Amino acid sequence: MRGFLFVFAACAVIALAFWAYRENYATQTAIREVRGLYSEIGAAHDRLQMLRAEWAYLNRPDRLADLADLNFDRLGLLPLRPEAFGAVDQIIYPVPPILPITDPIELSADLIDATGDPL
Amino acid sequence: MRTPLRPLARILKARETGENPDVIEAENRARRHAADQDKARNRAEGRLLLLGLMFFCAFAVIGGRMGTLASSVPEEPRAAAEGNPIIGQRADIVDRNGRLLATNLDTYSLYAHPHQMIDPVQTAEQLAAIFPEMDVERLKADFTGKRRFLWLRRQLSPEQMQAVHDIGSPGLLFGPREMRLYPNGALAAHILGGASYGREGVSSAEVIGVAGVERQFDAFLRDPANEGAPLQLSIDLSIQAVTEQVLAGGMALMNAKGASAVLMDIHSGEIIAMASLPDFDPNSRPQVALTGDQSDSPLFNRAVQGVYELGSVFKIFAVGQAMELGLINANTMIDTTNPLTWGRFRIRDFRNYGPQNSTTDVIVKSSNVGTARIAMQIGAERQRSFMGQLGMLEATPVEMVEAPTGAPLLPPNWSELSTMTISYGHGLSSSPLHLAAAYSSMVNGGTKVEPTLLLNPEPTPGPRIISEAVSASLVDMLRQTVVRGTASMGDVEGYEVGGKTGSADKPRAGGGGYYDDKVIATFATVFPASDPQYVMILTLDEGVETSGTEPRRTAGWTAVPVAAEVIRRTAPLLGLRPNVDMGDPVGITLTSH
Repeated sequence: MRGFLFVFAACAVIALAFWAYRENYATQTAIREVRGLYSEIGAAHDRLQMLRAEWAYLNRPDRLADLADLNFDRLGLLPLRPEAFGAVDQIIYPVPPILPITDPIELSADLIDATGDPL
Repeated sequence: MRTPLRPLARILKARETGENPDVIEAENRARRHAADQDKARNRAEGRLLLLGLMFFCAFAVIGGRMGTLASSVPEEPRAAAEGNPIIGQRADIVDRNGRLLATNLDTYSLYAHPHQMIDPVQTAEQLAAIFPEMDVERLKADFTGKRRFLWLRRQLSPEQMQAVHDIGSPGLLFGPREMRLYPNGALAAHILGGASYGREGVSSAEVIGVAGVERQFDAFLRDPANEGAPLQLSIDLSIQAVTEQVLAGGMALMNAKGASAVLMDIHSGEIIAMASLPDFDPNSRPQVALTGDQSDSPLFNRAVQGVYELGSVFKIFAVGQAMELGLINANTMIDTTNPLTWGRFRIRDFRNYGPQNSTTDVIVKSSNVGTARIAMQIGAERQRSFMGQLGMLEATPVEMVEAPTGAPLLPPNWSELSTMTISYGHGLSSSPLHLAAAYSSMVNGGTKVEPTLLLNPEPTPGPRIISEAVSASLVDMLRQTVVRGTASMGDVEGYEVGGKTGSADKPRAGGGGYYDDKVIATFATVFPASDPQYVMILTLDEGVETSGTEPRRTAGWTAVPVAAEVIRRTAPLLGLRPNVDMGDPVGITLTSH
């Protein structure tokens, strides 16, 4: 019994040592990977930062105002003014479509037009 | 082999010889005891040795670890660190809608190791060809002298960097740099301030704020614990841009040498736009002028640092206080006999407004005499404490490093005469920002407002200064001033602008009286009058309107039309719906009466 325990303990130690060895290397690999990912994220962040700065630079109010002036013919953009606002009841109702005239009435006026000036 | 205590052979032999066999036993017992002792001592010695060995190993490990820690370069424990360890840059500054006001850009600095150069003279010549500001003779002297290191430029554009790279000299080296970028240029320059480099090394340099919010919030912006969270201001980028644009146009039209505008939310004290002209580009902040008047420098923030006697815009404070104290109401008739003599001093009106006017008309016509009489009823002590409640006696608490320099100038002795002159805005100098906060307090229902540059979406009302009823009638008086008084050019169709003009002669620089032809024209306005939301203070420094036969300097002719245009342009952007009568609706015809 005692001998068996000794052998078992020795095997357990070997097994645990093997497990710890593997875990150690797995951890180191993971840390290396994380480091790589961090530097990738950092690079992406730098790129994003640059793009954000560029976006803000290209959308600066001075430039947009100049662009609106340059393209006035095409876009017709004006500064927002109070006159640009309106009320809902100012919007015109849709005009009902004019039905085709199926039973035309002849007007004497049309005849006058056709024959020229009667006087 | 264990020896028995009484070995039979020896016992028998001893008995035969008549010896005492007990001696043998005692002898054996002693021998056995000695053997046991030896064994125990050996074991104890072994244990001590083992323990000593273990202690030695432990100390050796600890000592070795300490040695390696002390001799190695410190490294952040990456695996254990929580959060995002990447963002170590200075935080961005954004406006109230999250649009960028300040950010960072990666760039490179240029430095030289002259001892590594192969042809220093030619390198110097080629460098000077790329950078016109470099002096070729000086570069040659530096490169051929004894110096082993020198900075050439702090920032390089990518094109410049390529050009320097193309020189191909091994003694020219680049160091990574972070540079503070203000993508909108001069927009909100005074608020943002600017940034510069602190301690510089070859591989990095710290960016520090030098003025404005950059300096005020330097610790916050640099704190890595924020993980790059931006600093959100109350400024609105578009409204700030429009305000600056219109203000610049107005300043040019009115021939003013400076101008400022503050647009404030009257409930939260948030500054939506704050402009001061002339301004500068924070990307290349100019040097502080060492000589001359600082207030003429473009770095000078007129809205915060410029303390002026702002004139008649103060009248609303005297009237508001008197109404709050129950001394008068909007219809009380005030004696406005011109002039009012007080000792050797005479208070005059712009023109004679007749012997009596109602309180509303005192404001509408801007009568100095009437206001002075109201102030006499209030008294110096009460006026001073009221001004203190409004925050007019100390520097504004706005979050800018320049704010304490805009402390108001108070009369050394708050006499009866001071009370009268302060009631119409002379004798107490304050900044336009003071005025904006005080006006907000007067028209928002009567609670104190403190100006802030930080987003404050859920404001808590401050302590009450005047009652809601008094506040409402003050707004009505301001509206009347625009409808039929001194600020008639200030009306913006649909926005029910109310306001009060102020034209104050500038005090002579050397002391002793006032200039005749230099006026600080101010228009303090609140809109929309039916439901006040915003206060705007617009100031023109030495503005003059020259379209008529003689130059006109009063605020009604200079500051008011500019302010009206600012409101016309900004109010729609603020989300205020104009209350405009557009005539009859299209497509509907009234058929019967």
